[in-house]
Amino acid sequence: MTWTVVVQAFGLVFDPYVLGVILASALFGLFVGCIPGLTATMATALLVPITFFMPPVPAIAAIVTATAMAIFSGDIPGALLRIPGTPASAAYTDEAYAMTKKGQAEVALGAGLVFSALGGLFGTFVMILSAPSLAEIALKFSSFEYFWLVVMGLAGAVFIGSASILKATMSLLLGLLIACVGNDNPAAHPRFTFGITELAGGVSLIPMMVGMFAVSELLRFMVNMDPPPVIATERIGNVFRGMWELTKQYKWPLVRGSALGTIIGIQPGSGADMASWMSYAMSKRFSKEPEKFGTGHVEGIIESGAANNSSLAGAWIPAIVFGIPGDSITAIAIGVLYLKNLNPGPTIFTNQPQAVYAIFLVFILANIIMVPLGWLAIKAAKNVLRAPRNILMPVILLFCVVGSFAINNTVFGVALILAFGLIAFFLEENGFPVAPAILGVVLGGMMEENFVTSMIKSDGNPGAFFTRPIAGGLAAATILIVFWPLFGWAWRRLRAA
Amino acid sequence: MKLDDAVTGAIFLALSLAVLWDIQGYPKIPGQNVGPSAFPGLIAAILAGCSIALMLRGLRARGAGAGPWMELLPWTRSPRHLFLFLLTAAVLLFYVLLADVLGFLVCGPLMLAAMMLSLRVRMPVAIAVAIVATVVIHLIFYKGLRVPLPWGLLPVLY
Repeated sequence: MTWTVVVQAFGLVFDPYVLGVILASALFGLFVGCIPGLTATMATALLVPITFFMPPVPAIAAIVTATAMAIFSGDIPGALLRIPGTPASAAYTDEAYAMTKKGQAEVALGAGLVFSALGGLFGTFVMILSAPSLAEIALKFSSFEYFWLVVMGLAGAVFIGSASILKATMSLLLGLLIACVGNDNPAAHPRFTFGITELAGGVSLIPMMVGMFAVSELLRFMVNMDPPPVIATERIGNVFRGMWELTKQYKWPLVRGSALGTIIGIQPGSGADMASWMSYAMSKRFSKEPEKFGTGHVEGIIESGAANNSSLAGAWIPAIVFGIPGDSITAIAIGVLYLKNLNPGPTIFTNQPQAVYAIFLVFILANIIMVPLGWLAIKAAKNVLRAPRNILMPVILLFCVVGSFAINNTVFGVALILAFGLIAFFLEENGFPVAPAILGVVLGGMMEENFVTSMIKSDGNPGAFFTRPIAGGLAAATILIVFWPLFGWAWRRLRAA
Repeated sequence: MKLDDAVTGAIFLALSLAVLWDIQGYPKIPGQNVGPSAFPGLIAAILAGCSIALMLRGLRARGAGAGPWMELLPWTRSPRHLFLFLLTAAVLLFYVLLADVLGFLVCGPLMLAAMMLSLRVRMPVAIAVAIVATVVIHLIFYKGLRVPLPWGLLPVLY
C-alpha cells in the first residue's frame, strides 16, 4: 500500500459533497430500517436510481452507509414492537422484546447499536487485510478459474441456507436465463427480445431490482392482514450505560459473532439474515447460561447483532476482488459499479486503488457515525414508528416509478418494475427465494462470457475446465458444495437403515 | 395464490422448453463450436430437469393426500386486500400507458390520491400529500437530476 494512494482516498471521501451524501444516506438508512416492511435491500434498491447520477465513490458510499444503518435500525422495531425492521433482526427479535417487557429496552437497543458498530468494524478490518492479497492471487486466474468461481458462488447461494434447494436452484436458473436476454452474446444475435427494442441491451438491471425488492414489498404491504402493532414502551433510558461492562463480559461472543458474520458474508448468496440466525444459534450453543436465551438475555443480541453487521463488510470482499456479490445488497452494488465503469475484479486494485481504499474508509466512517446517529434514531424511534405507512407506501411507489424511468428515460422501465414486482411476489408466495435470481442475473453475463471463452480456448473440450491446477481445485470445491447436501442425505439414510 | 408444486413445475418446464425451442433458430459462428445458443441451452436443459423433479415431488405429495391444485391465500378472499393488490398493479399500468400523454405532474397526484384514499387516508390529507409529494419528486428528478419526465398535457413550466 503506498501512502499517496491512501491520501488520495482520504481526499475522495473527506469531500463536503461525499460527506453530505454519507450523512443523508445514513439518515435514510436509519429511517427505512426502522419501518417494518421496508428492508435494507429495499433501501439499496430505492437509492440506486439516485446514485446512478453520482460519481462512483459517493454512489458506493451511499449504498454502504445506508445498508449498515438499516441493518442496525431494524433492531429498533424488533425491541419495541416485536416486529423486525429488516429480516436481519428477526433472529433475536423475541429476545429483544422480552428485554423491553422486563424494562430493559435501553440495554437491548444499546447492545444492538454498540455491537453492530463493533461487528461492522471487525468485518471492515478483515476486508482491508484480506482483499489486496486475495486480489494478487485472483490476477493469476483465467477464464476457466473465473467460470468455476462464478459457479461456486452461485452454488453457495443455492445450497447454503435455502429452505428448498430445488426451488432456490430454479430461481437461480431463471435469473441466468433473464441474463441471456438481449444482443450481448457471442454472435450478437437478439435473444428472447420479442422484437422489443428496449430489450436489445438486455433486461435493465436497476428497474428489475426495484421491481423485485421494492415493488414486491409494497404488494406484500397491500395484502398484509396483520393488525397494526403496539409500541411496548414509551420510556427508553441511556442506551450507553453498562455497555463497557458488557463488552468486557461478552468479548468472546462478540469476536465469535463478528468472525462468523464475516465468513457468512464472504460466502456468496448468504447475507446478514443468515449471519444473524446462525450466530444466534451458535451463541446459545456455546453460552454458559443457555437456559436464559429467549427470556430477555443480552448475550445472543450481542453476538448476532455483531454478526449481521460484520457480514455486510464480508460480502464486499468477493464483490471487490472477484466481482462476485456476497449477498443481494452487493449484487445491486456491483450493478452500480459496472454502470460507473468501475468494473470490480482484481484489476481494480492496480487500476484504481484509491477507489478501493475509499470504499474501506467509507466502511470505517459509516460504522463510527452509526453510534451517534443510531442514538438519535433510538431517541426519535417513537415518532418514526408512528409514521403513517398508508401515506408512505404510495409515495415510495411513485418514487420507484420515477427511479425506474430515470435509468433509460423510457416508461419501459416502469413496465419492468411492474412485471418483476409481480414475478417476485408470486415466486415468494410459492416458496421460491428471490435472492438467487438476482445473483443469476448479475453473474449470468460473466458466467457465459467465461464459459464461451474457455470453450473456444480449449477447442470445445470440456475437460480443460478440470485439468488446469487452480481450475481443478475450484472445480473440486464446487462439486463438494453442490453434492454436500446429497452426501448428508445419503449418510442419514445409511444410518437410519 | 399458492400453486401446487406440480403446477409451478409445469410452468417452469414450459418456460425451459420454449427456450430450448427458440434457440434452435440461432445462428452458428463459422469455425467455432459454441455460439449464442450454447449457454441458454445448457441453462434451460438444467431448468427442465429441475422442473420435472419439482413436478414429481408435487405429484408424490399429492399421492399422500395433498391440498387443492391451487390454494387461494387468505388475502385473496378479503375484497379490500385483493382490491389494494390490483390497484397497485393498475396504478403502475396506468403510468406506463398514459404518462407520455398526460404528463408526470398529472399522473403523479392521481396515482397517489387513488392509493392513499384506498388506504383510508383522510381526503384533505391525501390530496395535499399527493400534490406536494409529486411536485417534490418532480423537482428532485427533473430539476436536480435532469431526468426528462414527460410534461404531457401541461406546457413546460420550468
